[in-house]
Amino acid sequence: MVAKIRKLIVEVDETRIEAGKAIDPPTRKALAMAVIENPCAGRYVENLDELIAIGEDLGGLLGDKCVQALGIAPGAAHSYGKAAIVGEAGELEHAAAILHPKLGAPLRKAVEKGAALVPSAKKRGGLGTAIDVPLGHKDAAFVRSHFDAMEARVSDAPRANEIVVAVVVTDSGRPLPRIGGLQVSEIKGEDGLR
Amino acid sequence: MNLDMITIRRIVTHVEDIHHEFGPPAATPLRRGAIAAVLTNPFAGRYVDEIVPMMDALQPVGIEMAQRLRAAMDVPVERIESYGKGAIVGAAGELEHGALWHVPGGYAMRELLGWKGDRSAYAQGKASAAPTGQPGNALAIVPSTKKVGGPGAALDVPLTHINAAYVRSHFDAMEVRVPGAPAADEIVFILVMSTGARVHARVGGLKAADIAQWNGLR
Repeated sequence: MVAKIRKLIVEVDETRIEAGKAIDPPTRKALAMAVIENPCAGRYVENLDELIAIGEDLGGLLGDKCVQALGIAPGAAHSYGKAAIVGEAGELEHAAAILHPKLGAPLRKAVEKGAALVPSAKKRGGLGTAIDVPLGHKDAAFVRSHFDAMEARVSDAPRANEIVVAVVVTDSGRPLPRIGGLQVSEIKGEDGLR
Repeated sequence: MNLDMITIRRIVTHVEDIHHEFGPPAATPLRRGAIAAVLTNPFAGRYVDEIVPMMDALQPVGIEMAQRLRAAMDVPVERIESYGKGAIVGAAGELEHGALWHVPGGYAMRELLGWKGDRSAYAQGKASAAPTGQPGNALAIVPSTKKVGGPGAALDVPLTHINAAYVRSHFDAMEVRVPGAPAADEIVFILVMSTGARVHARVGGLKAADIAQWNGLR
């Protein structure tokens, strides 16, 4: 593990009733977050390979934690998303280095397949800053019932020299989807879109 | 027991491992967990005088939540060293509705952790005299806090040692919030547990190893 982790957090959000209607089985979203030291904080660093390697580590670790917390087989995952909050001594590009080059492959391994783009968000923030992690179906980005988000936040992070890295995996879409669009049953799963 | 009063809309669990806080990393990270259940508030929007029946109705909710929290934390009950509880009442409710959680939330955790007392006697304020020797586990009062708040309101839930409230290393708190809840007609009931002291505890006071009176305090 290249990342220096101060805290590791796993949350599960289970909805049993929405708008007075029973959701059976409940919809469930799992969020795993690592609070890590930012090795590039406080100065301009041209080469971000160290952060890219951290992203690769965390894609597997956080993806596995989510799947484990849901108690499902990897292939039973439905949607995913990722996000990072960079502390104030860091740069937005640091979040990009963690999230985009190498985090995806091990995350896809954790959920099996994952033909679709992993939706993402990033920002700079202080202690307790919240980020809404966007979610999309892992095999077909156009599945409308699975467009969603989960709020991620750590009350005492990120410190100035830290980064909060978040991964969300679900075993379901929104509780009461009814706005049409591509359905899960219609997924081809070839191009990651439909 | 009026189970019609109980409608659970949502359950959120949160487990965190704290490796360090810029000091020496712990050999075994501190694990803290919280569980929050979002329930319909059957008394929302009006003043109801007789609310105590819900306290009984909440007992199985407390037991289920304590068990789920322990399972999410993935540690044996013997490793739980501190606990706390809280409630966030939505805007159409009253602080007193949150107070319904004291007995069912607290005793669910205490019984899970090996408390041997009489729950109904405690509920009526008739606790027995202080014993000697360790007469069970979870002897200390479960600290608590509550508030009326909007969706996403954060509650700092206090934590203290399960056997002696004065153990200084275990005074702690966990910020707990559920995005989107409580709506005006909801209540969020919360339990928290932890496997130990603050990660770099070093301000003296009574140590867990020095608990001797087994009266829930020292």
